Amino acid sequence: MIKGRITRVSGPVVVAEGLGGAGLYDVVEVGSAGLSGEIIRIDASGATIQVYEENTGMKPGEPVISLGKPLSVALGPGLLGKIYDGTQRPLEELKAASGSFIKAGVKGEPLSMDKKWPFVPALKAGEAVGPGTLLGTVQETQLTVHRVMAPPFTKSGKATRVAPAGDYTLRDTIVETDAGETLRLAHDWPARLARPARRRLPPTEPLLTGLRVIDILFPMSKGGAAAVPGAFGTGKTMTQHALAKYCDADIIVYVGCGERGNEMTEVLTEFPHLVDPRTGRSIMERTILVANTSNMPVAAREVSIYTGITIAEYYRDMGYDVAVMADSTSRWAEALRELSGRLEEMPAEEGFPAYLPTRLAEFYERGGRVETLGGAPGSVSIIGAVSPPGGDFSEPVTQHTKRFIRCFWGLDKDLAYARHYPAISWIDSYSEYADELAEWWDRKEPAWREVRLKALELLKREQRLEQIVRLIGPDALPDEQRLVLITADLIKNGFLQQSSFDPIDRYCPPEKQVLLIKAIMEFHRRAEAAIKGGAPLPKIVALPIRERLSRLKNEVPNDKLDELRGIEAEIAAVFEELQRQYRAEVSR
Amino acid sequence: MRGLEHRGLAHAEGPIIIAQRRETAGFGELVAVYGRDGVRRVGRVVDTSDKAVAIQLFSANTGLSLDDTRMEYLGRPLELRVGPDLLGRVFDGLGQSADGYPEILSSEFRDVNGSPINPAARVYPRDFIQTGVSAIDGLNTLIRGQKLPIFSGNGLPHNRLAAQIVRQAKILSSNSSSGATGAEPFAIVFAGMGIKYDVARFFVDAFEKSGVLSRVVMFLSLADSPTIERLVTPRSALTAAEYLAYERNMHVLVVLTDMTNYCEALREVSAARGEVPSRKGYPGYLYSDLASLYERAGRIEGSTGSITQIPILSMPNDDVTNPIPDLTGYITEGQIVVDREMSQKGLYPPIAVLPSLSRLMKDGIGPGMTRDDHKDVSSQLFAAYARVKSVRNLAAIIGEEELSALDKNYLRFGERFETDFVGQSEDEDRSIAETLDIGWRLLALLPRDELLRVSKAMIEKYLPKGE
Repeated sequence: MIKGRITRVSGPVVVAEGLGGAGLYDVVEVGSAGLSGEIIRIDASGATIQVYEENTGMKPGEPVISLGKPLSVALGPGLLGKIYDGTQRPLEELKAASGSFIKAGVKGEPLSMDKKWPFVPALKAGEAVGPGTLLGTVQETQLTVHRVMAPPFTKSGKATRVAPAGDYTLRDTIVETDAGETLRLAHDWPARLARPARRRLPPTEPLLTGLRVIDILFPMSKGGAAAVPGAFGTGKTMTQHALAKYCDADIIVYVGCGERGNEMTEVLTEFPHLVDPRTGRSIMERTILVANTSNMPVAAREVSIYTGITIAEYYRDMGYDVAVMADSTSRWAEALRELSGRLEEMPAEEGFPAYLPTRLAEFYERGGRVETLGGAPGSVSIIGAVSPPGGDFSEPVTQHTKRFIRCFWGLDKDLAYARHYPAISWIDSYSEYADELAEWWDRKEPAWREVRLKALELLKREQRLEQIVRLIGPDALPDEQRLVLITADLIKNGFLQQSSFDPIDRYCPPEKQVLLIKAIMEFHRRAEAAIKGGAPLPKIVALPIRERLSRLKNEVPNDKLDELRGIEAEIAAVFEELQRQYRAEVSR
Repeated sequence: MRGLEHRGLAHAEGPIIIAQRRETAGFGELVAVYGRDGVRRVGRVVDTSDKAVAIQLFSANTGLSLDDTRMEYLGRPLELRVGPDLLGRVFDGLGQSADGYPEILSSEFRDVNGSPINPAARVYPRDFIQTGVSAIDGLNTLIRGQKLPIFSGNGLPHNRLAAQIVRQAKILSSNSSSGATGAEPFAIVFAGMGIKYDVARFFVDAFEKSGVLSRVVMFLSLADSPTIERLVTPRSALTAAEYLAYERNMHVLVVLTDMTNYCEALREVSAARGEVPSRKGYPGYLYSDLASLYERAGRIEGSTGSITQIPILSMPNDDVTNPIPDLTGYITEGQIVVDREMSQKGLYPPIAVLPSLSRLMKDGIGPGMTRDDHKDVSSQLFAAYARVKSVRNLAAIIGEEELSALDKNYLRFGERFETDFVGQSEDEDRSIAETLDIGWRLLALLPRDELLRVSKAMIEKYLPKGE
């Protein structure tokens, strides 16, 4: 323990002397109130500290105590279903301690030290124990088995004592080894340090989200990195919530970083009542929230992202597929900027520090699909929201983020104005994972690869035609091109637009997604042929099948997909009938 | 320390003065500063070290000299005296009496900076507030505990709209109104920052006419008050609101106007402190600073009260991408955009429906709250009106005659939508059922197979037949 003394206070940045022995990024207790902080710079004149709590009233001369260890995240059973602030203070416990408002200096244990967990050992005395060795399991929630692993820094040795099956608290020793290790159910890990894995694996499995525009057009993979940029009101948070609710990850870590308090409350009130379509259990059981809202201290906002990703890596190491939603990375970048300004660093673009791209890269690279130290595959997928000022995607955070992600879901203001949600633009967005995922889809729904390209191509053509239509109106186009506009409308209304409040359509299973888009593309193929055969366009537009295709998404229940399988035959019949009528008219 | 005065400055420039350190000052501590004229000014410690203390003044700095200035460190942050007697009173931005009456009788003080609400202690807002304005109720619904700003421009009727909302707002379920007959206790907190006397007068008249003046608390820092006082004005107002809502269980409606003046004061101080500017010269922490105001809205566990915020801001040059509306939109739960073009057409209220948004609407409408068709109708009206906009663009190029029959239909719908649905008079108080019925009458102008956002069941139930 090293003791120093404050010499300057400037907002959340505090300078102290006498901390020569403390290391960079060590946790410190600042001031007489013992607020938590972190050393972010050391030089001859003293140590610069960022304080994670509101520090009004702090004076020069007050003490600073270094705990001699970096900022760490407590990892163990009991994380699931919890809500933490940016430095992993449990918010429910803080509420019990200090009421509805967060007061400075209030402390809380991130994990309950007294709660007993039912532990079942997975190894016997005499067996080898090293980094990542499975020690045993704890049923954390009804859904999730918590695999207790030896932490990555464990010295290799042999187990000399293994606790028998029974109930243990986080304080109890579970395994002792001849290398001198005493292992418990939980351990600490430095938040800013990536947890090691054996090797990286290619991202070949899709992260299915139940959102058609993503799964079919711009797919995401387990272990991938995606960005959702959009101006205010375009639905970043709504998209993130929808993904957290319905994507097929085992564990969700939702980081509310510098955003609204009510959004976190919404998750807290809504998620316990929502049922996971795959497991039938409440989705809160697989969710961990890290909430550092916009009005909470800015230094803790900066660290909240690392707290979230460390928890995600911990569950990845158990062999789970974890998805991290970071909402919003721009607010995190602004926290960097604010602290950088207080440190009087030389700014680069728009006042952001020059190390912004490095930090972004470090963050996104902590995602990925890996073979864990224990040997199982596991993944961390990262979906970061970006809030560009004025909705301008050329600003630094969006631009730098684009360098480190491979899946880009750009949100469009005009779509949001027309309340077309999800407002993911089919023009700006892209996914580099599509090729890697095609093989998986070949096994599951072989039509995916082809129908996807066709739909994308059609939407591209529509965009080019729209430019002409804007000048001369749609009536001047030849019928074949007008059909492109009509089918594109059908794709938009009957496929891409998806209401997260519709009891059926809020989650769309992959088979249904493929059936729907196949039906629409089949309509297009038949209609194109009919036009070539001389059928007039107004006749095709008047076909009732067109409105039916638009409504299929929320009229056919997800468990009655057989109704959809007959639709292509139905379309064929409709067009044959049309052809017959038309021929009869012509011959008359 | 209280009662001890320190003399002498090292530096005085703009709102920031720097004093040589004589004793330890705490960060954020309140300081009383006396010039050679003996007038008491109030300031706040913004930087403190072993060698010097930087103080940001909240009042005029004229006449401060290096030798004759005396400072008293008060050992506490800026506080507001609170009590039930706040109601019906007028204060200046710092919370001192401005209506000629003595300070209120209370020994309770609250730090004007407040503390962040624990997200786990919030209650998610769901109660629909009927404002009687169709464009708001039907399409961008206001919810009790929401922060819903009005984005406007100079010369647009945002004040009239805000006054109409305050006058007509009522909760449907409990049937209480903001009028004096209401069953649930309510209050209105008004913060005027850098606004002209006439604007303040307009609101006082409006409150008086609707008979609620005795339930209004006003914090006025008018255009002629020192700029930096505006930095405290909304904080004083929100501290009063928090006291009334969370300790006295009242439903508080807070009107903050004009946030643009607040942000400009912030920029002025930031520039004086020599901070690195970000967009348009505003400090990098503008977002966090605005959030520390806007997030002081909502409902919390253990209290039946609520704070609903209606901040008003005038967009410089009507530009919604200006940092002030931009960052506000990222923090608040939606926005009501007032549009110059609609206003020039003579429409009232000139609400631009498409860029307006209420994020909390989804959970406050529907069966049991408003009506079962509300979600469908609003979604369909948005989709149809968005189409109108693109048809209008096309018509401007190829002429109306060249449009297809369907597009002409949309044009007619667009005209009627603006005059019948959005347009209404300043004292017209429409119920939500009336609003939705108007919506259906307009949707009936369109062919049925265009109504893809409404379910068939709703069409059967509500769409007027035989038109």
